[in-house]
Amino acid sequence: MLFFMNHETQQESKKETADEGFADVVTLGQNQPLPLDSGKKIGPFEVAYKCWGRLNADKSNVVLVCHALTGDHYVRGTNPITGKRGWWETMVGPGKPVDTDRYYVICINVLGSCAGTTGPASLNPDTGKAYGLDFPVITIGDMVRAQARLLDHLGIDKLFSVIGGSMGGMQVLQWAVDFPDRVRTAIAIATTWRHSAQNIAFHEVGRQAIMADANWAHGRYLDHDEPPHAGLAVARMAAHITYMSESGLTSRFGRNLQDRDKVAFGFDADFQIESYLRHQGISFVDRFDANSYLYITRAMDYYDLAAGHDGILASAFKESKTRFCVLSFTSDWLYTTEESRHIVRSLNAARARVSFADIEMDKGHDSFLLDCPDMDAVVRGFLSSEAEAMDGENKP
Amino acid sequence: MNSQESRASDIRVDLLEIARVIEPGSTVLDVGCGDGSLLDYLVRERQVDGRGIELSPEGVNKSIAKGLSVIQGNAEEDISFYPDQSFDYVILSQTLQAMTRPDLMLEQLLRVGRKAVVSFPNFGHWKVRLNLGLLGTMPVNSTLDYPWYSTPNIHFCTIRDFVNLCRQANIHIEQSMAIDARGYRMRVQAIRLANLMATQGMYVITRK
Repeated sequence: MLFFMNHETQQESKKETADEGFADVVTLGQNQPLPLDSGKKIGPFEVAYKCWGRLNADKSNVVLVCHALTGDHYVRGTNPITGKRGWWETMVGPGKPVDTDRYYVICINVLGSCAGTTGPASLNPDTGKAYGLDFPVITIGDMVRAQARLLDHLGIDKLFSVIGGSMGGMQVLQWAVDFPDRVRTAIAIATTWRHSAQNIAFHEVGRQAIMADANWAHGRYLDHDEPPHAGLAVARMAAHITYMSESGLTSRFGRNLQDRDKVAFGFDADFQIESYLRHQGISFVDRFDANSYLYITRAMDYYDLAAGHDGILASAFKESKTRFCVLSFTSDWLYTTEESRHIVRSLNAARARVSFADIEMDKGHDSFLLDCPDMDAVVRGFLSSEAEAMDGENKP
Repeated sequence: MNSQESRASDIRVDLLEIARVIEPGSTVLDVGCGDGSLLDYLVRERQVDGRGIELSPEGVNKSIAKGLSVIQGNAEEDISFYPDQSFDYVILSQTLQAMTRPDLMLEQLLRVGRKAVVSFPNFGHWKVRLNLGLLGTMPVNSTLDYPWYSTPNIHFCTIRDFVNLCRQANIHIEQSMAIDARGYRMRVQAIRLANLMATQGMYVITRK
């Protein structure tokens, strides 16, 4: 009885959540551990999440935002870990395409992360020490099932929409495939249906950089003092290049020199691009755990939606009632327009309802995080038209 | 492509003529659906399950905002990815003449759709003939509204040309309509007359 009362008051107070402050964290899987794709189980595990807007009476206005590899659930407001603004304030908020005046928005930190949800840096209840490499290898599917557990706990059955970019987009598609009856609309941005050899290759470079750092100590660095910051910084630098386009780099940095008139004939950061990349690497290590980076990149590498369907992606979407919106960016060479087209063609072959736009933007993969009026317009139009359709259905 | 007067339903008159031949409740693919006006009309007024392909980002955005399932793509490339006979109707309105291979496009339309509805500007219209014959220049008018050097319309045909192609390609013409300059259906049946008087030809075709 006490539990139910607590639960209700919790929900009352969550109806309108301010942008600022730490997230909610709940412990799940105490009695029923979460079965993982690897065959292992995890439980209990903690899940951190944050909500915005107001849950309506029939709980039909829930929008789940899925974050990317190094993202977290601080979509809006000041991120208490980094002190920076939320990562998708252009997309989510009052009057924004994902309008928090209309929708109840929830973002859940993924399993394996280091921002609140259980990951390799969390304490292993069996040993009392950080998991390190004892943390089970997880998949995008596992992340999605962990999210579903949280929504069950919150009493939310149906999602009006699931939206995300990059790894967030992978989760969106996984949601639509694994829980077709729970997902009314799915918006997958700058993403893919499976990691390509090139995608895996770049991730492997990052992982090798971390593991080559002596401080990594086979993942047990948290028992000592020195984390593998140098390795993690290099991993971030390499990855960051894949998030930007050649033309974007040229227009922003070109061959401009950093605080000097001529090259110094040495290995200092002569060029602005070097200085920029070093900054990206160094600032990343303060907020991200090296082992989390290994686990989450691995989850992405294992991602292949067609794998369980004889390699035919269309079969994964068969009979889907979900309305899809797929968006790619013309300058994204990490998850290319062609990958998105394959998703779209497969959805068409499965006779699912799909909209697709290839958005002209020269900033590369990271375009989805930037101010992009064309993307905003499509998402806004897609969501509003479906919200109106739903209102129409609900009228007697 | 042409700005003709509209009825209360706010879609172009010639599009209404297309809408008339679509069975209510059917599945429809509109190839080159523009801003989605026709598809939207068909979904609302004829309860069809509609999809679209459109090249222009503006058209795609407007269509999506109408709640339509429209993908941005090149008609000639993308149509090949749709399964055989997956729609009751495939519509190609005022686009045939912009295809690199109109003949192959017709094959694709009838592979994907059980029926195809095709409309195109009639290059055999008397004004076009007059223009070319007397002035000796390529015509520019409301239906053919680009100068020759920047037109996307690279394969003009007359109504007679279209009928001949259908005959050669073993395509059955189920219904033929001559459309006048205002977008209305004309009461002419004879090909010779239609080819002279109609600004557009509109055909419902099936595989023989």
